[in-house]
Order: sequence, then structure tokens, then C-alpha cells
Amino acid sequence: MSSPSATPTKGKRTRGSNPPTPWSEDALTPPSRRRRTDDASTSDLQPMPTSPVTDMRSPAVQDTSLFSSPAQSRHSAPLNEIDMSSPLTYGTPSSRVEVRQRPDLGSVRKARQVDLHSDHANGPEAPASEHSVGQKLVIWGTDVNVGTCKEKFQRFLQRFIDPSSTDDENAGLDLNEPLYMQKLEEINVVGDPVLNVNCEHLQSFDADLYRQLIAYPQEVIPTFDMAVNELFFERFPDSVIEHQIQVRPYNALKTRNMRNLNPEDIDQLITISGMVIRTSQLIPEMQEAFFRCQVCAFSTRVEVDRGRIAEPAVCRNCNTTHSMALIHNRSIFSDKQMIKLQESPEDMPAGQTPHTTVVYAHNDLVDKVQPGDRVNITGIYRAVPIRLNPRQSNVKSVYKTHIDAIHFRKTHEKRLHGLDEEAEEKLFTEERVRTLRELAAKPDVYERLSSALAPSIYEHEDIKKGILLQLFGGTRKDFSQTGRGGFRAEINILLCGDPGTSKSQLLQYVYNLVPRGQYTSGKGSSAVGLTAYVMKDPETRQLVLQTGALVLSDNGICCIDEFDKMSDSTRSVLHEVMEQQTLSIAKAGIICQLNARTSVLAAANPVESQWNPKKTTIENIQLPHTLLSRFDLIFLMLDPQDEAYDRRLAHHLVSLYYQSEEQLEEEFLDMAMLKDYVAYARSYIEPRLSEEASQALIKAYVDMRKIGSGRGMVSAYPRQLESLIRLAEAHAKVRFSDKVETIDVEEAKRLHREALKQSATDPRTGFVDISILTTGMSATARKRKEELAQALKRLIQSKGKVPTMKYQQLFDDLRAQSDVAITKDMFEEALQALTDEDYLTVTGKTVRLL
Amino acid sequence: FTQLFKWVNNCKYLNCVNCSPDWETKVLEYFKEKLKDNEAASWVPSLNDVPVHYLKANSLVKFRCFIQDMFDPEFYMGVYETVDPSSKSKVLRSGKYKDVAECGHQVDLNTKNAVTLERQTFYCVPIPGESPWVKEISFSYSCSNPARVVPSTSYAPCRHKRSYEEDEDMETQPHKQKEQLAGPQGTTDIHGSGDPKRLETEAPSSLSNAASGCSSPLDLNFPLPGEKGPACLVKVYEEWELFKVNDILEVYGILSVDPVLSVISEDKDSSLVDPMDCTESVEEQRVHCPPASLVPRLHMLYAHRLQHNNPLLPPAASEGQSSSGFLNDVVSVRGELLGYLTHVLLGDALAAEYLILHLISTVYARRDVLPLGKFTLNLSGCPHNSTYTEQLYRVIQQLIPSSFRLGMSLHNMNNLRLVPRKDYTANRLLSGVLQLAPNTSLFLDETQLEQGQLDSTGVRNITALGNLISWQKVDYDFNYHQMEFPCNINVLIASEGKSLLPCDCHVRLQPQLAPPNLEQYISTIQVSLSPSLLNKFRIYLSLLRTLDYSISEEVTKAVEDDFVEMRKDDPQSISAEDLHRLLVVARLLSLSVGHTTLSRDRWMRAKHLETLRTNRTEQQKCVNGNEP
Repeated sequence: MSSPSATPTKGKRTRGSNPPTPWSEDALTPPSRRRRTDDASTSDLQPMPTSPVTDMRSPAVQDTSLFSSPAQSRHSAPLNEIDMSSPLTYGTPSSRVEVRQRPDLGSVRKARQVDLHSDHANGPEAPASEHSVGQKLVIWGTDVNVGTCKEKFQRFLQRFIDPSSTDDENAGLDLNEPLYMQKLEEINVVGDPVLNVNCEHLQSFDADLYRQLIAYPQEVIPTFDMAVNELFFERFPDSVIEHQIQVRPYNALKTRNMRNLNPEDIDQLITISGMVIRTSQLIPEMQEAFFRCQVCAFSTRVEVDRGRIAEPAVCRNCNTTHSMALIHNRSIFSDKQMIKLQESPEDMPAGQTPHTTVVYAHNDLVDKVQPGDRVNITGIYRAVPIRLNPRQSNVKSVYKTHIDAIHFRKTHEKRLHGLDEEAEEKLFTEERVRTLRELAAKPDVYERLSSALAPSIYEHEDIKKGILLQLFGGTRKDFSQTGRGGFRAEINILLCGDPGTSKSQLLQYVYNLVPRGQYTSGKGSSAVGLTAYVMKDPETRQLVLQTGALVLSDNGICCIDEFDKMSDSTRSVLHEVMEQQTLSIAKAGIICQLNARTSVLAAANPVESQWNPKKTTIENIQLPHTLLSRFDLIFLMLDPQDEAYDRRLAHHLVSLYYQSEEQLEEEFLDMAMLKDYVAYARSYIEPRLSEEASQALIKAYVDMRKIGSGRGMVSAYPRQLESLIRLAEAHAKVRFSDKVETIDVEEAKRLHREALKQSATDPRTGFVDISILTTGMSATARKRKEELAQALKRLIQSKGKVPTMKYQQLFDDLRAQSDVAITKDMFEEALQALTDEDYLTVTGKTVRLL
Repeated sequence: FTQLFKWVNNCKYLNCVNCSPDWETKVLEYFKEKLKDNEAASWVPSLNDVPVHYLKANSLVKFRCFIQDMFDPEFYMGVYETVDPSSKSKVLRSGKYKDVAECGHQVDLNTKNAVTLERQTFYCVPIPGESPWVKEISFSYSCSNPARVVPSTSYAPCRHKRSYEEDEDMETQPHKQKEQLAGPQGTTDIHGSGDPKRLETEAPSSLSNAASGCSSPLDLNFPLPGEKGPACLVKVYEEWELFKVNDILEVYGILSVDPVLSVISEDKDSSLVDPMDCTESVEEQRVHCPPASLVPRLHMLYAHRLQHNNPLLPPAASEGQSSSGFLNDVVSVRGELLGYLTHVLLGDALAAEYLILHLISTVYARRDVLPLGKFTLNLSGCPHNSTYTEQLYRVIQQLIPSSFRLGMSLHNMNNLRLVPRKDYTANRLLSGVLQLAPNTSLFLDETQLEQGQLDSTGVRNITALGNLISWQKVDYDFNYHQMEFPCNINVLIASEGKSLLPCDCHVRLQPQLAPPNLEQYISTIQVSLSPSLLNKFRIYLSLLRTLDYSISEEVTKAVEDDFVEMRKDDPQSISAEDLHRLLVVARLLSLSVGHTTLSRDRWMRAKHLETLRTNRTEQQKCVNGNEP
């Protein structure tokens, strides 16, 4: 019915190219958007209720004469006539339900005054016959015909079915029934008179209606409201709801980055994402002023029109002039709140500071969001000119912009149906998905990705592979019904090794790669900094929970450098996090359990500054084995010290220093690609174990246990099996596969074995012994300790009934008797063991038998 | 000559007469063309040198500045229509390059011809830590223009000439002040005598007077404490995506100091405009609309990013003809500089060598998180409790275009704001000491650190310094999240023992002589240096940073062999990290003599230097026994 080109939907910013739309005599073409904007904006601005004459709008007044006439007629006209003449009235079949104004849309009544060109001899437009065919009537300045629009929307509500819906808002609804009718039923039951409409649905159903909604939200949304209410009360005539149903569209396609907003978007429906940084106090905004005559106490109500109150000069009852006084507490106010929204950090180009936008929330949207929340806001973008001085007619040539919020959607809010971690769904373009899929289809994708990881760090292929799997993570499983609680899906990795083997660099890289990574150093962080602490807000005196690194990296990776330097108390908080993935806090009256589903990537240096190959991992890094066993993979980063390696390393480093940036880029996948790949896999791929894979896992586990059992050692615990499962799942994710297959298990086994070989090899025997990690001591070491104690006991017994012995003497005797070298430590250990048996006591230099 | 003035003043009228639709592009091109000419550029008065109140409103000025913050984009009336109340005639006007719509007429907001456009505002301050000599030289450049018969170094004559013009136009400038400075009115040529030193000191003081005259001093948000100079709101009309925070720019633009702009803030207090209109808090108002007399607006016509702010080099730093001439005597300059620094470092030639390497180092690339080319130097063994570090800093400051000395005293560490922080009430980025332009030298004086307690701010500050040194990045604090800004800052740490901060290279100072009066000793050395030589040093240090560098296949092979060989003998002797350092040293060493490729000799020399250095630290360890 109109030329769609008149309201161009511009994706790209075209500065200074807002071509003045030709003012068409044809009433059916939308007149200039610009003009309407200014109309609306100046009227909203009106700061001074008095002195309405001398302001810059005065030229506008000439052509606003058309505003005044319906304003008068409104008071006199009988009700039904209003309904007829104004398409946007809120009168509905059931007028007993309170009609609530929608300040978020600006003054709706105002629209009524302007909209029907047919009512008034309105400039050049040809007056159409008033109650003629609906097709002819459009709202002034738009191409919206109320009747058709209403019809179309009702049709949409009644018919729209989206069987493939994955939207969490629709969870629990029957997908094969008209979606929005179910929602209306829900409203009837719950009584919350808000209907959220996904614009995507609308677009797929009726693109033209969608276009109108985006272009003229101020007119179209009230029309939708009307349509919904008619429909609703038709179906549920007895329903009691607080006020009329309000339609809240959200997800206006092209969710915009704040940076992309440009003058083209003014007065259009937009959705932008960002982070709330500040909320103002509640601002009461007058909707209806109450006047009472001081002479005869006659009272009257005046609606606030575009921010202005038309004070009645004469009392209609007693005809006294200037006797009407405003009674504040009988006037009607609505709530309003100013919210500052800042661009989310991910959207920002590097090296620039974030932009902010002002958002106004009205009525029940007030206090819906808190500073720090990540939200998607759908609303109408507005621009108003700034006046330099309210009393002067000067205008600064700059507009103030804000958004009138219609719908908030918290992006990080915990949602009901377990989809929470995917709430931050990154939007991938189809093209991107295709490239990612192509990449995933390559047979060597695993190798490719792992080599793309921190290319500046040389070799350590297995470690990179381990970290790659950590980035992907396993599949989250929920066993809470059986009482076991959640199963950890995150993979924890510990890197230990000589200083200067670029462990920190690896950590830094990972921290930079993942969206929700945290980087802390064990030396500098306290338990508080890692977990959470309670703080009193200086302004509100409220207790506020400030979260630390572990909670902040929920669903991310927490990189902890200098893990060994961490104090014991700090380390102890990790126990819970690393297995249960939660964090319990009981402080200052706040008792809570926070989610901390974070993977831990830690780096530790050996105690003796250089790795001692003669000692076990535990002895080298002096970490409690309880903590160590919670790491799925423990890698040693050692200087391999062989010539070929050295040569390759040297070549790698030298090339780093002379190759140009571009040359290096070509060689590897770039970081952005890797990031997207990981993000995509994390949100869309959930591999499950296949039958063969589970068999393979079982076999692998049994094999692992068998290795040790021959020598009386245990070389695997159920925890290792869990690790294997996680690793296999992660590997399946790398392949974008929904099924964990045997190859995944094979790789998991290999990697796990590699890590074990490095970290759990008993230096004395050369065998892999998992108990080094689980109990802190290898089985052989334990056995030998036992033997020594027995030998000592025998030695003492052989000496006959001597009550006391010299310590040194005994030590020498034992050494003479034994065929292996016995250190003083070992001797003392043996003595200690016997003391524990209550066989003897050691006092100073003498050993006394009991 | 006169044409030039006309041209400068033209821009005032530009906005009124906009007949053809493409006038903007034409005008811009015209200006860009004109400004390409270096001479012409020197005609444009600079905000850096001339106090704001001497500059005519709506005239073309330039400003050498540093982007401290970026404000939100603003929509303005690109084209609007005014109605003359008497004649009812309508005129179309352009809002470009202006803050305030034309007064005196009614503005018709509802016209269909109006166009809304978007522009971006940058908050710019003078380059932080700019050395006095840079200011002096660029100042003298801007005033000595070739067309003049008497090569005057003072801006008084130029000023005077310009103010003459102003008088004809309108009386906007404070007369008295102008006369005070310009002296008795006369012909322009008399004033060749005005010495720049005097004016230099006077100009900022008059500015600070203006600031103190204001009822509430405004925090101009300079990154470094004690900085002076004008801050400026630069309005950018196109391609603002190309600019980044912490860039240094030379902006050519139209100065706007309309007093009406300042009225807003005052008015806010008196008449409380209804709260709905107040989308900004008072603090925000103050920051975003400061009085124009303090923070002038500059409507950018044209800007280019500076690679360095050394006025002795052409701004484009095209390593073309000009530099190649210089490269010929690079070796001799290097020799002189080495001698000079050796004297300054009390006869320690090795330390002087390393200092040169440090001064020409720059981050030339990044491999994922790893910055390449940084060379943080730790000079240990600086005498405690003496002014030596201060003297040393002075010497460096004289050589380097921008630098800052941070005394790492406990007090400073616990109280200074090193990392910039976003202030959400005022909606701006509160600057911190570490918000510095690329290639700024940061001199950390660790000798000032005593034993004591670091509080949480202190720990954070130390961590920030550590991050800066290791990764060449600063995590700006945005309260709800941190944002990483890569930087390129040369950090030099002067300490007694080995520094507590990580550093690439540690040199123990071994003074060969112990002059009884350090201060006197250094100042004698400084005085004995001829200005021309000093300038050569300055060019040398700035120029060598911009050179490209490569390693040939052959040398690569040799280096690899060498590394393998060294490891064979003793794996402990050289680690990957050592090789990293060795490569950087070799690179800087080659560059320092003007070679852009690595040769075997240089490689051996680099190894030799490193051996000397490590031996020295080893030695020190033996002497002290327990030096970490």
C-alpha cells in the first residue's frame, strides 16, 4: 500500500545521507520521518509547564493548530464517538479493566489527535470520508492502517505456529498449537497482563506487518494492544487482570550493537544489547493533573499532554478566573527510571572506550535491572534537541538521544530450563557456521586447532591438546535425581615444570582466548579474591556480595599462575570448586551457594626451582594430593634437552623475530576463528556416549587397573574414569560430533596416559603409579617404609632386653645391617612408624623401649 | 600572505554559505591540500603554544594531542532551517563544525529539509609527559615562519598581527591581557626581541590563572600529575573508527569557544530544569560540557596520527631521503652518545650500551599475547638516598620526546591511580599514570621504595606495573569488567638491588668514578654538550625506532647452530628465554648502528655483551652472597 523504500532499513550507517523524503501530496505515502520526529521530540521535551509561548516550537505551533481541535472535542464528544474517530483509543469491549497508559510509547492519546487525517482539514492532505473503507485510513505520517493492522496481528496471534522453536520463553508450551494463543491462556491463568512477542516470529509470519512495527512502533504497538485485548476478552470474557494486556515486542531482528545506532534509527523499534552501569532513582512523572477550584471546590482532571499541563484558567463550575489550584497528591503519576546502558565488552573494537546510552524504563519495567546486568533492551530510539537555556530560544545543534524501553531481557539471568549457560548465545552468521562446519569436517581438525593454540609457544603438542580439550569441556550431566548431583563437565589441568618454560604465557593466552576467563596469580590472590566477599554498599547500606575470580569465571576458565605459592587456606577453597563446581559462602549473614562451573588451568613451579627428576610430582611441587587428584591432566613442562628439539626451538624463536605479521597469520588459524569455533561447539554440540565408546571406556579403565594390580598397586580410580569420559566428550566436541566414538576414547586414553606418564611415574621404579597423585606416595615407597620399620624393629629385638639405646648407635647399626642406603630421613620415618605403634619413644638422643 | 589569512578566517563564513551540496567535500579537500604543505601548516596557530584566549573563535587552529577518552557519539542538526521573524524568509544552514545553532533567528525544527547527522567527541589532552624541549622546539617552529623578514622566535608578533585582524572584526578578546603581552602597539617587526622562555612561562601561568579564577576548579583529567596545557573536546565528523584511545594526533580544526556553551552548566544550578530533562547528573554535565574557556571545542577538519612527537623529525617519519642522509653518520652519533651516557652513568660503558639499546627499543609486533621488541632495563646498583636517579632521569628526559618518572615510594604506590578507571557517575575514563602514549619512557625509581605495608591499591598498582612490563598492556578498570589496552611503553627501572618487578634485562651499575658532588658532575656534563649534538642524539633515538629489521636465512641458520651448540655444552647455560633476549639485543644492536639486517658480527657482539652482563651479575652475587 505504500512504498517501502520510504522507510529504508539501513544496515550500514550512511552519514549525512538522510534524504529528505519528498513531501507527497498523496496521503497514502508516508511523509517525512524527520518531521514527525521533531514533533514528538519537542513535545516530550517541554520542560516548563508554564510559559509555553516563547519557545522554539512556536513555528511549529502554527501547524499544530490541528492538535488543539480534537483536544477540545475530546471533552465534549460522547464516548462512542471517540471510539469511532480515534483508532488508537484504549476503549475495548470490556471497559471494566483498567486502562493503563503506556509512557514507553509516548503519549498515545497524542497519536489519536494527529492520526486521522480524515478528521481535519489537515494541510494538503485530501480529506477522506470519515467512516469510509478502512483501507483508506492511515495514521498520520505513517502507512499504517489501523483496521488492517489489527486484523493482521490477530491473525498472527491465532495462527502462528513455530514447531521448531527452541526459544526458552516458550518452554512448556505445545509447539504444534498456536503459540501466542497459549500465551494468552497463560495470561488468563497467571494474570500477568503482558504479552511478549518475538519479532522474529512476526517477521516470518507477515513481513510487512513486521516492517511497520519496526518503522512505526509508536502507532503499531497500541494497535497490537487493541487487537490482543479484543481477542483476549472474546475468549476469556470473565478474566480478571490488573490492567489491559500490553504487547511487548522483543528481539527486533538485527540486534544491534550500540555502536551501529545512527540517525536512521530514530523513532524506530530497536533491540540493543549492553550492560547496565547505572540506574537512577525513581522519577515520578505526572500523567494526569488534578485541579481544584479554591472557591467552590470543584475539581477537574487535566491530562498531561506532551509534558505540558493546560492549566484551566476558569473554573467551569463557578466561573471564577485563576482559581484552580493543582493538588499534587491527587494527581496521577507514573514511574520512570533512567538507566545507563554500556556496550558489552565483547562488542567493542579494540582500543576504543565503550559507548553508553540512556534508557528510560517506565512503570513495571522500573527496577527490573540492576547495575552490572547484561541485558537486551528492545525499545524506541528517540532524539530530542537540547536547549541551551530554557528561557532562550537558542538550541544547541545537538540532540540528546535515549531509548524508551519496552522490553528487557537479561542475557545472563538464570533461566528456568537449564539452558542457562547458552543464554549468551553468540550469534553466528550462516556463513560463519558453514566455515566452522567445513573446518570441523577436516580429518586433521584436532591437530589444526591445537597448533593454532598459542602458536608462539613452541612444541608441547600434548599440552596444547589438553588445553584445547579443556576449552571445549565435556558434556554436562545431571544426576541430581539420583542424589549424586551434577557431574562436573569441566576439565582441570595443572602444568608444572621448570621456570621459564612459558607456562605463564600459555595461561595468558588461554585467558585472552576465552570470553569469561580470569587470570590470577597464586601469590597475589587471597581466598577472598578467589571466591566472594560481602561488602556493605556505602550508599544503600545494603550488604552486597562481591564475587571473586572463581565465580566470575563461571562457564569459563580460571587461570591460576604460581599455584604453588598460594596459601593453604586459599587453596582449600578450590577443593569444593574443582569437584562440586559450587562455592558455598557463609559470611555476615549471607549463606549461599554460588555456581562456579569453572575449569581451572593452573601452573606450578617446583619447590627446588628446578625440577628434580628423582622425585615424584608431589615431592616436587609440594601440593596436597587431595587437590592434585582433582586435576584431570597434569603435565610436566620440562626442558627436553636434546639437540633436535633445540634446533627446532631456535628456528621457531628466530622466525618469530623477523617474519612479518602477515606471514605468520597465514600459517595458522587466527584467534578469532578459534574463538568462534570453541564458542560454537560449546553452545551447540552435546555429545553422548555411543555404545562402542562406552565399551572402549570400560576396557580402558579395566586395563588401567590391571597394570597396577600385577604389582599390588592401584593405577586407576573412578576419578580417572570420569576424566577419561570428559576428555572423550571434549574430543567429540572438537569434531562437532554428537556422538562419542571410539576414536575419541582412544585419544582421551592416549592423552591421559601421556599426562600420567609424565606426572605419575614413580621415579624409583619407573612405573606409572596413580597413587602418587591420589595418596601422595607411591605404593613402592609405602611398602619400603613399612619394610624398614620392620627391619628396625627386628634389629632392636635382636639386641635383647635393653631399655634404652643411643640414637646414633641405632642408626649406624641399621645402616650396617641393611643392603640399601638408608638416609637419616628414612631412619626417622621408621622410628616414627614404630612410635606410632607404641613400641618405643624417642627423647632427644636416646631411644627408649616401652 | 594575505591570502593565507583569508583562508584561515574563511572557515568562519564557510558554514553560512552553503550553496552546493558538495561544498563540504570541496572545502575539506581544499584544506587538506593546503595543509599538506608543511609551510602552510606552520601558519596555523597551535593550541599547544598559544593560550586559548588569544585565539580567535571560529578560526583554524591545530592541536598536538593525545586521545584520553571517547565520549558517546552525538546527533546534531546537520542541516536546519532558520526563519527570520521579520521577513519570514527561510534560510538553510549547516550545523557542521559548530556547537550552537545560529541565534537571532527562529530555528524551524519541523522542516522537511532538516538532516540529522552523527559526530563523535574525543576528549584530548596534550601529550602526557612531553619533554620541555619538544614544546620549546615546536613552539619556535610554529612562530618562525619563512615568509617573515625577521625570523622571530616569539609568537608575540604573530599574535599581534592576528589580533589586529580581530579588532576589525569584532571585539571578542580581552584587550588588556593582549596588550600586556604584546607590549606597545606598533609595527609587527619590532617584536623580534620577545624571548620565548619568558613567554613560555607566562603563557601557562595566565592559563592557570584563568583556571583558578573559576569557582570550582575542573579536573582536566591529565594522565600525569602536574601537567599543564589545554584540554580539548575534539568533534570528529568522519572515520572516527580509525582513531583509538591513547593515539597521538595532530588535529587541524575550527576552534569553538562560544561562551554560550558554558552557560549551560551555570544554569543547571540556578534553575532546576525538570528532572525528566536531566539525563545527565551534575558531574556528568561538568565533564561533558565544561566551560568553553577552559576546555575549548575543536571541530576537526583533518587529523593525522603521529608516530612520534619529535619536532626534529618530519611527522610522517617516512624513512625516505631525510633519514637516509642521517643514517650515514649514525655510527659517529652513536659513538658520541655512548660517550655521553658513559659519563652520565659514572663511567660504566656497558651500562651505557644497554641504555642506548633500551632507549631505541619499541614493541614492533605482537604474536598472540607476546609483545615482541620490548626491552625493559633494570639498572641496579643506583646509589640510595641521593639525587642520582633524578639526575639520570633529567638526562633521559632531555633525549626523549616524552617520558615520566614515577618515584615508587610506598606513598605513591598506595595512593596513586596508575590504572585508568571508568567513573560511571561522571561517565568518563579517569586517567591514570599508565595511560601513556606509545613510545613514552617510563622511569621507575625503585630507590625510593622503603620497607612497609602495601595496601590493596598498592598491590594492584604493582601488579599493573608487572603486567605492563611483561605483556605491554594495561587492564583499564571498567568496574564491572576489565578491558585490555595494549601499549608500548619503555620501562626503565632504577633500583639498588635487583628490582622486584620482572624485567627483560638486568644490568648492575659499576661506577668507575665517584665524583664528590654528583649533582655538579652531571650538570657539568650536560652543559658541555652542544645543542646541535643534543639534537642529533634526539633525532638518532627517535629515528632508529622506526626502522625495519630482518634476519637473513643464512644468519638464521647460524643463530640456530649457535644455540644448539651452546646447549650441547651446558643445557643450563641458555634457555629459550635467554635466546629471546639475545635476539632482541642483537636486533637493537644492529639497529643502533643503522643496520637493518643481522650480521654474524653483530650476533657475536650481542653474545659478548650478554656474557659481560651476566658475568657482572654473577660476580655481584658472589660479592653480596645473597642477592636474589
